[in-house]
Amino acid sequence: MSREVLERGVLQETVLRVEDLRVYYNTPAGAVKAVDGITFTLRRGERFGLVGESGSGKSTTALAIMRLIKPPGHIVGGRVQLGNQDLSTLSDDEFRRVRLAEIAMVPQGAMNSLNPVMRIKDQILDGIWAHESTTPRHELNDRLPELLSTVGLQPNVLNLFPHELSGGMKQRVCIAIGISLQPKVIIADEPTSALDVVVQRQIMSTLGAVQERLGASVILVGHDMGLMAQFVDRIGVMYGGRLVEVGPVRDIFKEPLHPYTQSLISSLPTLSSKEVSHGLPGSPPSLLSPPSGCVFHPRCSQVMSNCPLEVPDLREIRPGRWVSCHLY
Amino acid sequence: MSTLIELQNTTKIFGSGPNATVALDNLSLTIDDDTPSFTAVAGESGSGKTTLARILLGFTPPTSGRVIYRGKDLWRISSSERRQFRREVQAIFQDPFEVFNPFYRVDHLLNVPIEKFHLAKSKQHAHQLIEEALAAVGLRPEDTLGRFPHQLSGGQRQRLTIARALLLRPRLIVADEPVSMVDASLRATILESLRTLNQDFGISFLYITHDLTTAYQISENIIVLYRGGVAEVGDVDLVIKQPQHPYSQLLVSSIPQPDVDRRWGGDQELPSESGRGSKSGCRFADRCPRAMPECLQSIPPLYRTDPRRAAACFLYRDAPSITSEQMDEVMAPGSSIRRPVQDPR
Amino acid sequence: MATGSAVIPQVKPAVPQGRTRLGAFLAYCRRNPNLIIGLVMVLFLILIGLIGPLFVNVAQAQPTSVIPDQPPSPDLLLGSDDQGRDLLAVLVAGLPLTMRVGFIAGAVGLTIGVILAFIAGYQGGTVDTVIRLVVDTLLTVPGLLVLIIIADSIKGVISINLMALVVASLAWMHPARTIRSQVLTLRERAYVQMAKLSGMNGFEIIVRELVPNLLPYLAASFVGAVSAAVLASIGLEALGLGPQNEPTVGMTIYWAISFDALLRGLWWWWIVPIVVIVVLFMGLFLISAGLDEVANPRLRRSA
Repeated sequence: MSREVLERGVLQETVLRVEDLRVYYNTPAGAVKAVDGITFTLRRGERFGLVGESGSGKSTTALAIMRLIKPPGHIVGGRVQLGNQDLSTLSDDEFRRVRLAEIAMVPQGAMNSLNPVMRIKDQILDGIWAHESTTPRHELNDRLPELLSTVGLQPNVLNLFPHELSGGMKQRVCIAIGISLQPKVIIADEPTSALDVVVQRQIMSTLGAVQERLGASVILVGHDMGLMAQFVDRIGVMYGGRLVEVGPVRDIFKEPLHPYTQSLISSLPTLSSKEVSHGLPGSPPSLLSPPSGCVFHPRCSQVMSNCPLEVPDLREIRPGRWVSCHLY
Repeated sequence: MSTLIELQNTTKIFGSGPNATVALDNLSLTIDDDTPSFTAVAGESGSGKTTLARILLGFTPPTSGRVIYRGKDLWRISSSERRQFRREVQAIFQDPFEVFNPFYRVDHLLNVPIEKFHLAKSKQHAHQLIEEALAAVGLRPEDTLGRFPHQLSGGQRQRLTIARALLLRPRLIVADEPVSMVDASLRATILESLRTLNQDFGISFLYITHDLTTAYQISENIIVLYRGGVAEVGDVDLVIKQPQHPYSQLLVSSIPQPDVDRRWGGDQELPSESGRGSKSGCRFADRCPRAMPECLQSIPPLYRTDPRRAAACFLYRDAPSITSEQMDEVMAPGSSIRRPVQDPR
Repeated sequence: MATGSAVIPQVKPAVPQGRTRLGAFLAYCRRNPNLIIGLVMVLFLILIGLIGPLFVNVAQAQPTSVIPDQPPSPDLLLGSDDQGRDLLAVLVAGLPLTMRVGFIAGAVGLTIGVILAFIAGYQGGTVDTVIRLVVDTLLTVPGLLVLIIIADSIKGVISINLMALVVASLAWMHPARTIRSQVLTLRERAYVQMAKLSGMNGFEIIVRELVPNLLPYLAASFVGAVSAAVLASIGLEALGLGPQNEPTVGMTIYWAISFDALLRGLWWWWIVPIVVIVVLFMGLFLISAGLDEVANPRLRRSA
């Protein structure tokens, strides 16, 4: 682990383990394999970035961990382990207790999903009260001002309605809801996609501060590699429903191993040169009938003869560096 | 030197009374007709960039000030002159899906302008024009025509809107966030198409965005808007690499660069999220880390700190000040842009 | 906070390229039983009126055609009423009349309503405010009361078509309102702005860009207007304000009430109109529910 990471108190202890997760959607045309065998671990205090383009399966993975997949989607395989507990064996009721209290999510577009006719304090209370229904509501009320201050909001926000808040403030409210029960894992799915660049920086810094205070781990789901570079410790790159590479953020940027990651990194627009970066030829794979063998082989510049035949495993070729590619 | 379209001291206010929002504040801008330019207008939400687009496109009249099209007030010209305006000033919008009427196949988007502007003499001619336009943006007719919008990718749809704009051979295209809703891997292709239209077809662009990185890559000039006014303007290399206005500096430093060694700086400098803003004086004064007493009293004019750059900030009061009408001198288009052969149509 | 439905990855539809709109429509109907069942029910009733006369002598729908007060028998399948009308002939002759009132009133009402809705919704400004005020005020007027007053004053000369117009006079407000809100939503769509940029004027935009996207709403409004019109006309007729000599469903009820069919145990007289009304309204309702699914894709059943 890098010095930076150690300084932040990231421990070796694994707090979340996802093993061979599969989520398929049943459509009239067949099964769409949105997530097809994802495996990764999350350490305590770590910031893990799950990055991929639209259709890569990253949001679906987040929802699957939270067991929020609705028909026609189903979790058809794999395990999610929180600490020592296998979440897949829990009943729906038992899992509901885990949701928000142990693993919380700030979903995509969360700030637009705030109830427009409820005051902020009621919306936060709703979540808490669902878990602590034995505690009287007014006692729960007392916790709110401090909760808001951890996300940088004044207590007066509690009595406001969502439309009276700016985009950044609404997103902070959503983060507040997410951390209201001090979960061990916070999953943030594109938390800043609708926000301006300056506000985005403020929100990410708030999220980071909140995380450190709680000693929680964060999974940041998104497609903005720049944002990942600024925030996360480790990155998992997704393509076509599979994880193609996992590693520390610095290594991924300086020395990407998987051909997809390589083209992703090289096509990133930067302020250092005026050259318009070039994209990847071809188009994202059909998840209904994905390419045989390695899901990336049709677009791969380094494709070999066995790539269409065998699905490469995600293997740890160096300590901390996992790649799913026949080149290694 | 002839001017295509010009905004003279235009102000746009929404609402009235104490809740009125000033979307654009006394903004002046000139788009030249002789040499095709590529200007970015950068700003966050609330900066007025969308309002600017709508006013330039004639969708909404300014509250005060004038919009001059080829020497005449846009809102007082005859309908045939308006038609001419429509032909010369076109747009590309942000959402590549919403611009298509879901009831029709994508061909509808291309056929309507041909029909309404009588661009073709016959059906074959129309088809030929469409094929040429598609080729210019890198699309093949057999892959795109005859399909419904949901059957194409976001990148293909956006390129179709660019092809549509090209059909009309306009003088100016207002592109409002053309790549923000397109996948990162397809952005390069779209930007490339815009560059083709600018360099090979001599079309000027006003590229509106909040993404400074793409603005840097594709434009020659940039106008940074803050709360309806110009914060900084000039050559894109100067403004983005060496920003002078405190707001431009904040904006540039907040870009999430994909470089692990260039992480966002300490958070002490971050100003609080904007409230209503100051009532008088510089619009950025309430969030500015370098604010001085005079900043609260009067609005700073544009100070020309370089031949190719001006910043509206009292920090640079030693430099000569220019009026907003003179802004285009700062943005003189580069001589490297070739002027294409006159189109015989 | 939002939960649930992740974006389903875009799947290229498994339809052959260039599949016609009709083919897609038929396949869709299979997935929308409400619409189909409703259409079948209403069509069945229409057919009774169309094909019935081939089998039944409609002249016998007039009084003193057959022996009165006969219960259903092999000769008189639905029996006869107190004035000697063959009730089967009455059904065959009268049902299309009732439906005609409904459809004419619905169509006229909808047309007026839609035209006003488009003008108000698209133009906005003062025009919109004026139209909206008129519509909202008239909506508060108790419709049936007004209809009764109008119908009563033209009692002598009322005919089927006149009744349709009377009913239509109050049927246009509701469509005007609902379609107007839809127009307001669509007016700001990017494809409308594109149409403006492509040189279309307001009228063209309404007809070519907006109307096609409003077809489900227009159809649903039409069904709603027809239902309301049929109900209003039956109501007026049952009160005796309809065309006295026509064997419509409502008039049949009126005669049945006037001659105390219930008390006298002439059950076959009043049961037929009631069954017809139930079938008609259920059919119209199911069509409207089916159209609701078309207009609101989220209601569509998932696979």
